[in-house]
Amino acid sequence: MAYSEKVIDHYNNPRNVGTLDKASHKVGTGLVGAPECGDVMRLQIEVNPETGIIEDAKFKTFGCGSAIASSSLATEWLKGKSVDDALTIDNMDIVEELALPPVKIHCSVLAEDAIKAAINDYRAKQGLAPIEDTKKHY
Amino acid sequence: MKLPIYLDNNATTKVDPRVFEAMTPYFLEDFGNAASRNHPFGWKAEEAVDYAREQIAALIGANEKEVIFTSGATESNNLAIKGVFEMYEAKGKHIITAVTEHKAVLDTCKHLEKLGAEITYLPVGIDGLISVADIEAAIRPDTILVSLMYANNEIGVVQPMREIGALCKSKGVLFHSDATQAVGKIPVDVLADGIDLLSMTAHKMYGPKGIGALYVRRKNPRVKVTAQMDGGGHERGMRSGTLNVPGIVGFGKACELARLEMEQDTERLMGLRDYLESELLKLEESYVNGNIEHRLPHVANISFKYVEGEGLMMAIKDIAVSSGSACTSASLEPSYVLKALGLDDELAHSSLRFGLSRFTTKEEIDYTIKTVANAVNKLRDMSPLWEMFKEGIDLKSIEWTEH
Ligand SMILES: Cc1ncc(COP(=O)(O)O)c(C=O)c1O
Ligand code: FES
Repeated sequence: MAYSEKVIDHYNNPRNVGTLDKASHKVGTGLVGAPECGDVMRLQIEVNPETGIIEDAKFKTFGCGSAIASSSLATEWLKGKSVDDALTIDNMDIVEELALPPVKIHCSVLAEDAIKAAINDYRAKQGLAPIEDTKKHY
Repeated sequence: MKLPIYLDNNATTKVDPRVFEAMTPYFLEDFGNAASRNHPFGWKAEEAVDYAREQIAALIGANEKEVIFTSGATESNNLAIKGVFEMYEAKGKHIITAVTEHKAVLDTCKHLEKLGAEITYLPVGIDGLISVADIEAAIRPDTILVSLMYANNEIGVVQPMREIGALCKSKGVLFHSDATQAVGKIPVDVLADGIDLLSMTAHKMYGPKGIGALYVRRKNPRVKVTAQMDGGGHERGMRSGTLNVPGIVGFGKACELARLEMEQDTERLMGLRDYLESELLKLEESYVNGNIEHRLPHVANISFKYVEGEGLMMAIKDIAVSSGSACTSASLEPSYVLKALGLDDELAHSSLRFGLSRFTTKEEIDYTIKTVANAVNKLRDMSPLWEMFKEGIDLKSIEWTEH
């Protein structure tokens, strides 16, 4: 299967690879996927509690090129967004931006799940209830 | 050195230029039908086919009359297993095979199950080897066939053929072997190995695609299979269809070259493979899959823990290899062969198979070592699992969200 240019670009030059202090109350961490499934994504956001703006985002991903590109793109999109706006990122936006083929849609789903998980972790630290994921994938 | 480098020789090989050269006249000049008995075009074709039959038989210690041409190993496996099942129905309906067989064997067996066959799928050990005692224990009075591959296509593990052959002989059970990966690479001798039916294909041994053969023993015992392709009664009635003369000529030439050059090829390839393997094993947390002693000389299957195989292949796109990773397969399931060894799915997802060939150079292996090592290190820096491993976190202690 051939990869799109954007996937290759993110794969070769991944944005925002790294680790934030997961103990910090400003940091939300989402860890999704499973080693048995061949994909694990960890996405972290650092939020300014005053403004609710995501000031930094980092990822590490074990997975195929599309999974790495999806998480790299997600961190790019997250930075500078408010937490509320971040919740509107849809996996199909990622599919479109990266021109992922149908078999790679689950890689983008994983990225969306990671965003939600990171936000919920952050919300829990702020004493807020988790956002329910009402959307049905697939 | 030319890029990309081809190290996927268990999938298929390049045609040896000497093979190609031997084939060409049979397209343009001597293009006759080997079954045409009444003119020189037919005679020439038949002569060429007969000669190739001898070349092929010589490589596996058979008689040329025992070579039945097919379109490849998939068809040979189908003909052997379905053909024996139909021919020996009166004796029984039980067939023994193993979980690490190629799909051409497994799916044929599944098909026969629907028609009333009883199939035993033997497990393998963590090193990929089948236990002969397990086979013996599985043999029943109504067992008609044991079908076990000579060498595995993913990990290169070579099964103890002679012991299995002797066991089958002593029990009066026919023994079929899918020797697709072994023929031309290691010595195969149907007499010494006690094999009654043997599948092979030209395109894994520097011959053309679309031509293969089934060896069918004619003496002690005389084996018969029911044809799966009805028609003009070619190939002693076992496989109808006009013979693929250029393909057969190429297959014959490939067998002759293999017979003459196997020893020197093996020595060189084993040296290169061992070098590749020992250099890559210098990377932390990398493991060889399958038994390293009983193994084809040109194959190395290595898992690089905490790195996903498809992601890794993308980083080494100058090098053609294959991976047991789920992400490379349409089914999104990791390799069933690696899973059958009892490997953690994680390790199965992290595997690469390197298959060397007669044409592989030291320079290419040097490049491969450097490229793979860099890629593994780069991807580990990006891998959350690697980070956890380095922090001493037991990955099994984490509650993963399967999706
Ligand atoms: C062990 C084994 N059996 C059978 C086959 C099928 O061979 P062919 O492509 O000639 O049908 C292959 C090759 O893919 C193989 O590796
Ligand atoms: S992570 Fe498995 S296909 Fe992308």
